[in-house]
Amino acid sequence: MTSAHTTRRAPALPRASAARRGSAFLTAHPRVRLGLLLAAPLFWLVVVYIVALVLLLVTAFWTVDSFTGEIRIDWTLDNIVTVLTGALYQTVTLRTVGVAAAVTVIDVLLALPIAFFMAKVAGPRLQRILVIAVLMPLWASYLVKAYAWRSVLSQDGILEWLLAPLGLHTPGYGLTATIITLSYLWLPYVILPIYAGLERVPDSLLEASSDLGGRTWRTMRSVVLPLAFPAIVAGTIFSFSLSLGDYITVNIVGGASQMLGNLVYTNVGAANNLPLAAAIALIPIVIIFGYLALVRRTGALDNL
Amino acid sequence: MRLGRAARITLGAVTALILVVIYLPLLVVLANSFSTSTSLSWPPPGFTLEWWGRAFQSAGALDAVGTSVAVAVVATAVALVLGTLISLALQRFAFFGRDAISLLVVLPIALPGIITGIALNNFFRTILGVPLSIWTVVIAHATFCIVTVFNNVIARLRRLGVNLEEASADLGAGVWTTFRLVTFPQLRSALLAGGLLAFALSFDEIIVTTFTAGSGVTTLPIFILNNMFRPNQAPIVAVIAVVLVVVSIVPIYLAQRLSGSEQTRR
Repeated sequence: MTSAHTTRRAPALPRASAARRGSAFLTAHPRVRLGLLLAAPLFWLVVVYIVALVLLLVTAFWTVDSFTGEIRIDWTLDNIVTVLTGALYQTVTLRTVGVAAAVTVIDVLLALPIAFFMAKVAGPRLQRILVIAVLMPLWASYLVKAYAWRSVLSQDGILEWLLAPLGLHTPGYGLTATIITLSYLWLPYVILPIYAGLERVPDSLLEASSDLGGRTWRTMRSVVLPLAFPAIVAGTIFSFSLSLGDYITVNIVGGASQMLGNLVYTNVGAANNLPLAAAIALIPIVIIFGYLALVRRTGALDNL
Repeated sequence: MRLGRAARITLGAVTALILVVIYLPLLVVLANSFSTSTSLSWPPPGFTLEWWGRAFQSAGALDAVGTSVAVAVVATAVALVLGTLISLALQRFAFFGRDAISLLVVLPIALPGIITGIALNNFFRTILGVPLSIWTVVIAHATFCIVTVFNNVIARLRRLGVNLEEASADLGAGVWTTFRLVTFPQLRSALLAGGLLAFALSFDEIIVTTFTAGSGVTTLPIFILNNMFRPNQAPIVAVIAVVLVVVSIVPIYLAQRLSGSEQTRR
């Protein structure tokens, strides 16, 4: 592609035009070049995102006038104390982290064999078909997929129909349904980074391992897993953080068991208490920052 | 890799089983779109094409598709520009604060959507006093779409190295000429892959959208959420879902072809 361009266009003769001088200036001053590259995206991310985020978190230290329902700038730790000590918040936080952890473990366990099969066993043609097969459900709306599970898990749904002859029953709506549905929704996001990570593991290393007498499991444990570890962790970032903030799936299949997202949503909407909502939002933010800090050293952030 | 026959067969079987589980709910949706039952009873009591006919005449659904496409196109365009700039900066320069910036790019997708949503809602309405509209949705979407472009482009830049760019500069090309004739052509397929992901991400986003869309703005996910629990609309939602999955084969196939033709085989 490039060679066609270079043969077609002979290098232009240096002319002392303004563009030429600008270019020469930029070549001589890499810092200016860097500044120009960074200006627009940093402006966007900082002004739109960081400022908005910080302003939200600051709101957690304000209060709502119980009479007018307006936000008052009275600095207080009340919301934080409520969130940290309230039994409801502790229960829901534990439940949410539990769900997110369960979803993550399930997804990794499911993603590892399929990603390994795609990357190392399937031939090129089958590999391409499998990637498409894994990617395609991503385009079916998130809502429709959650709704599909509502239909699958319902009392007269297909799961009950399949399980009844075996004497088993659908779990119905609740925590189990939430875990199943969230695992389903985020599975492709976990498969893809792990697949990409396994693809980068050179076959020669696997062959070397078996030449040295390593059996399948030994090779997996001592060669494949360590090399693919950053990619696996990258996958867990998706499933963990996406589960931590979800409230819509919970509304669709979760029955009465609320998660942190639902508490935030209720306080923004019905209860009209943004400061308390912001204080609750701090919980997943702190957990995710903790998680990102924990996994940063594995190099997972480069594998997203 | 030298896997035993048993191991290969087991892995293949597990893969097939997972694919069955992945597609089972989608098949249920497909069945529901032809079912005479408006509730979700299984097996479907009868076959009808009524929902398919009504879906293609539903003005609400078609408008919502149009709105979603418009939002996703603009948000993707912004994300392509900003994502490319930031990956060039982070890949071609070493400077203080580089890690912080790469974290900053990931953050909008790593933090839960509801947090991004209420933060932007509060920012637009209370702080700036800007009424919510389709543009606030676009701004919000572009913010979390940057990361998909960034990831694809920076991975490509890392692999390309700087040799060709240096050769171009040695031959007298200016900064802009080098980008246009050397760097950009090599980035094209990475941009397409990143852009497709950004488009898909924006097209399907519901949580941030809920908090940033003005009252008259109905994207497809908002339309679906509003109609999902209405007995006479639910099968139409099923039709829309089926159409989306089928249509999505085209861009995915294209992206695969593009990345496949450039990848060095293992």
